[in-house]
Amino acid sequence: MVRRNVVGAHYGLVDWLAQRVTAVLMAAYAMVVAVALLQGAAADFVTWRSFMASGLMRFFSFVLVLALAWHAWVGVRDIWMDYVKPVSLRLALHVLTLFALIGSVGWALGILWRL
Amino acid sequence: MASRTLHFKIYRYDPDKDRKPYMQDISVEVDENDRKLLDALVKLKAKDDSLAFRRSCREGVCGSDAININGKNGLACLTDLSSFPEGKPIVLRPLPGLPVIRDLIVDMTQFFKQYHSIKPYLINHDPPPERERLQSPKDREELDGLYECILCACCSTSCPSFWWNPDKFVGPAGLLAAYRFIADTRDQATNERLDDLEDPYRLFRCHTIMNCVDVCPKGLNPTRAIGKIKALMVARAI
Repeated sequence: MVRRNVVGAHYGLVDWLAQRVTAVLMAAYAMVVAVALLQGAAADFVTWRSFMASGLMRFFSFVLVLALAWHAWVGVRDIWMDYVKPVSLRLALHVLTLFALIGSVGWALGILWRL
Repeated sequence: MASRTLHFKIYRYDPDKDRKPYMQDISVEVDENDRKLLDALVKLKAKDDSLAFRRSCREGVCGSDAININGKNGLACLTDLSSFPEGKPIVLRPLPGLPVIRDLIVDMTQFFKQYHSIKPYLINHDPPPERERLQSPKDREELDGLYECILCACCSTSCPSFWWNPDKFVGPAGLLAAYRFIADTRDQATNERLDDLEDPYRLFRCHTIMNCVDVCPKGLNPTRAIGKIKALMVARAI
């Protein structure tokens, strides 16, 4: 293969936008939890558990886990793209990052739905 | 201001003679007629004519004397000598991130390659009118803060994203110029320009670090221009 410097992958906008939208979602979630904590949602285990097990919180926590994973994917991939030059190594790191994130999402959802 | 002595630490490297770069300690007398750093550099050159640096217009228009001054990129001809604290040596280095040709002179090939890649000219397929393509004053206003760029490379060479990927990331100067033509109502290639920039490297290596805004000797804001390019991409995609 000829070694040429190629650019023009025609993507990037969705990731850039997603990074911002997921950041807002996570900030909103953090505020909801902070308010709940101030109102004593974590007074004891049973209260905390019932708070997190409510339908609304399950919904938001599910969205949070997905947003966190997407956000982390864009951010970590940016680090690989900035600093790792060999394409093969970059691809390997991308795949590993994806595996780690998908696994973590599954794990987090397992915990949430066990509540 | 009476005459005073200025102390310098200057990056020196002549690939024909030096095995590796070194910092030279040198001082020079300046008087009340010497107002800008470039004046002192010219006197330094008279003292040690092996010192190499670029200069031309000496008034912030040509952009050739961009160097790294006490760790911050700037134009020697626009930097006041009175802005330097007394007693501390003034550290001068070539612009970071570009290959050094000699002393304070860098090879700008990569920088201009990125600039050329955004097609820095008006693309309009209509037959040219007899006199000129007109714009309303309001449309023309949109180009303020964009057309003033003198391509000194202060911004791009202070941008970490450009340091890491100078071959792929267009850099703040190139992106400012790109928006200058995207914003121009006489240009007909907006979509092609946006297509060309929609790339994880060419545009989206910008992480809004804003070093470019911090150093621009003309007070321009490449980060805002990059934001406007992204906003246009969102507008056409959503």
